[in-house]
Parts: sequence; C-alpha cells; structure tokens
Amino acid sequence: MTVMGLVVIAGVLAAVISCAAFLVWFERRLLAFFQERYGPNRVGPFGVFQVVADIIKLFFKEDWVPPFSDRAVFVIAPVFVVASVLMSFAVISFAPGICAADLDVGLLFFLAMSSLGVYSIVLGGWASNNKYSLLGALRGAAQMITYEVFMGISLMGVVIMADSFNLKKIVEAQEHLWFCVPQFLGFAIFFIAGVAEARRIPFDLPEAESELVAGYHSEFSSMKFGMFFLGEYLGVTLISSLIVVFFFGGWLGPAFLPPIAWFLIKTFFFIIVFILMRGSLPRPRYDQLMGYGWKVLLPLALLNLFVTGAVVLVWQN
Amino acid sequence: MDIMFFITSGVAVFATLMVITRLNAVHALLYLIVSLLSVAVVFFIMGAPFAAALEVIIYAGAIMVLFIFVIMMLNLGREAVKSEREMLTLRVWLAPSALVVILLGQFIYILYERSGSPLTASVVEAKEVGVSLFSTYLLGVELSGLLLIAGIIGAYHLGHTARKAYHRFLEGGSE
Repeated sequence: MTVMGLVVIAGVLAAVISCAAFLVWFERRLLAFFQERYGPNRVGPFGVFQVVADIIKLFFKEDWVPPFSDRAVFVIAPVFVVASVLMSFAVISFAPGICAADLDVGLLFFLAMSSLGVYSIVLGGWASNNKYSLLGALRGAAQMITYEVFMGISLMGVVIMADSFNLKKIVEAQEHLWFCVPQFLGFAIFFIAGVAEARRIPFDLPEAESELVAGYHSEFSSMKFGMFFLGEYLGVTLISSLIVVFFFGGWLGPAFLPPIAWFLIKTFFFIIVFILMRGSLPRPRYDQLMGYGWKVLLPLALLNLFVTGAVVLVWQN
Repeated sequence: MDIMFFITSGVAVFATLMVITRLNAVHALLYLIVSLLSVAVVFFIMGAPFAAALEVIIYAGAIMVLFIFVIMMLNLGREAVKSEREMLTLRVWLAPSALVVILLGQFIYILYERSGSPLTASVVEAKEVGVSLFSTYLLGVELSGLLLIAGIIGAYHLGHTARKAYHRFLEGGSE
C-alpha cells in the first residue's frame, strides 16, 4: 500500500465523520427553518459548534450497562452500525483517483456491508432485555431484510447498463447520460429503500418514539447511544453519495468546478431532501410498510430489471 | 497472502469451535457469523470476490438475521442455558468427535498429497460465474429453483390460515 493510499483513506474517514457531525447541527437548523423556528443558534456563529457541545455532553454522561442485559452483546452492538457504514465508504469513488479501495465487486460490497448493519439493531434490541427494545429490534430486522431485497434488485439495472459492479466504472459509464433518466424507476426504488435502510422518517418504525420509547436503543446511554446517533447520520451521507454515484453521474459535471466539488454539491442536495422528508412526511403503520415493500416495490423492481435486461439485449444485437 | 490466509482460517476454525461449545444460542450464532465472515475473506484471498460478496450478503446478512430473529421470538432465558448444559454431557461428544477425527485424517492426507499447489489459481469474475451457472450447471440452477418454489408454496400454505372474524357485525348475523 502506498503513502497516497493511506492519505486517501485517512482523508475519506475524516471527511465522512466530520460531515456526519456537521449534519447533526445542519439538520436541526434546517428543520427549524422549515418550521419557522430558530433552532440551535447559541454556540459559536449560527450555532455551528452546537455539535461540539453535544459530543462533550455525550462523553461525560454515565455509561450505564443495565444489570439485566446481556453485557457482552450489549457493548458490541453499537459498533456494528458505525463500522459497517464506514466500511461501505471505502468503495465509493469521490473523484478520479480519490477512492480508498477500487474493488471490482464494489456494489456488492456495499450491499454486504449494509446487510451487516442490521445486527446492531437486532442485537442491541435483544441484549437490552426490554420489551420496547425487543419490539423495535423485531421491526428493524423485518424491515431491513425486506428493503434490502429490492435495494439489491433495483441496482441491477444500473449494473446491466454499466456492465460492471465497480463504482468507478459505473460513474464513467454515465459520461453521456446520467442513469437517473433511463433508470428512473430504479432510482425511485433505491431512494425509498435507502431511506428505509438508514431508518429515517418516514421509515423509522424500529425507534418510533410515540409507541416504543426509543425502540432498539432505549437502554443505551452516553457514547453507546452516540454511536447509534452517528451511525444514522453516516447512513444518510452514505445513501446520498451512493444515489449520486449510481444515478447522478458521481463527480461528472461541467468543467468550471473540480470533480470533487460536483460530487459534494450533488450529495448535499440529497442530504437536504432527506431532511426535508423528515420535516414533512408522517410515519406509516407497520403492516402498511411491509405490505408496500412486498406488494408494490418488489414487483416494480423486478419489472425494471426485466425491461432493462431486454432493452439492453435488443440494443446490443 | 499466505499469512493472511492462515490468520483468517485460524479465526474461522476458532469461531466454529466456539459455535459448537456455546450454551447461549445467541452467542453461538454470533460466533457463526464471525465464522461465515472469515470464510468470505478466505474466498476473497483465493480469488473469488463474487463468491465472497454473496457469502456475506446471503449467509451472514440475511439467513443469520432470520435465525437470530426466530431465537429472539423464542425468548430463551437462563433455563435454556441450564438445559443445554445438562444435555451436553461427555457421552454426547463421543460419536461426533470420532467422525470429525476421520475427516481430519482425510484432510491432512489431502494436504500432504497436494502440498505445493498455489493458493490463488486465478481471479474468477462475476461474469464467469454467471456463464457457468447458466450453461454447465443449468440443471442445478433449475433444481434449486424448483426447491425454492416448493418452499415458498409450503410456507404460504402453512402461514395461510382461514381468517375467522369474531365481530358481531361481520359474522353470523344478528344477536
């Protein structure tokens, strides 16, 4: 491994984590803006240092492990969510040359890591030994397995068109036309599945605070809770940047800005859409969520796959 | 790469041993996940990244989640651990251990016979896997498809109970 590779890895890690920390403040400010409030505006200019205050608070809280919990599992559960999301960032190519691991199975690697992220919810909920946590964990497991199925299928259209699982080649294949045009259905399904995968409103049933206290992380405190919190914002960043890579041409854009700037602009656009959705959409009922997934989105994703395959086959002959 | 291979396979063997000896079902499953992940890394080292990715997505990411899901629903507590401890007496271990010793003997013999062959023959791309699945191994794909359809229909049949509404307006008529 070269020095350059290490620099890229450290840079990506630092950028992604600080972006997630920044989002904590940004989301609260933006939500307040949508609702005609001020939001946090006391610490530093416009309140940007609010997140520093939050982190200090989280670190100094009592790190309580409930005596009735399964101690070992309780302690490792929050690690899964952050680790799996951070691993996914390894395969994203942010600009030509800025990519931690240019894997040929990059897309599959992302799917694998996102499927491992379920464990933090399931194990956290189970190890807490608490009714509400267990209910949240059950919901989380069912929801994430359901939405993973057609998250994978919705991306296969992109793979067929780009003829590769490699994220860099997928971006390069969008030189002439972004995939959001021919793969609009795939984009819509991936976006919905991504919201469910990041457990954001309207799909935050595992932690629905109006019925389950805080769902799977009710018993977690201090930095263990902080890890779940960080994992959520990292997840939002990850899904936004993947939408950009798969459907909106990654770093491609007019030449008056450097490629990385285009990538960041597009990613932030989708992060803002995520936050706007949190401020505007209600939460569905649990059976509605599952029924919608299996009865509407799965057939649509399969249809999209078949039609894309057929069209590409006809085109090539 | 050889050192990587030995480390990962060591982790796999250790994790699998822990799976067999754990009394708590969830802990055993966690070790099984570690074992599956290390097998995926072994695949990756041996030049099969596609198989490695599928191993993680399907086995570690979906099937094991369902296993844990079911065990969570069963709500096994301290009693389960206790009964497990009573079940696993020394006598139970004898027959499986004998079988494992036979396998181990064969394994060592094969390693001894074929020592010197390279670890990574060639990297197998996803496309090659697909081509061989739908040409050489088409019969296997069809058979597993049939099996899955049978499984789905069976699950549907078991899960589909005639819904009986206990409501004074919906069923029966007047009171």
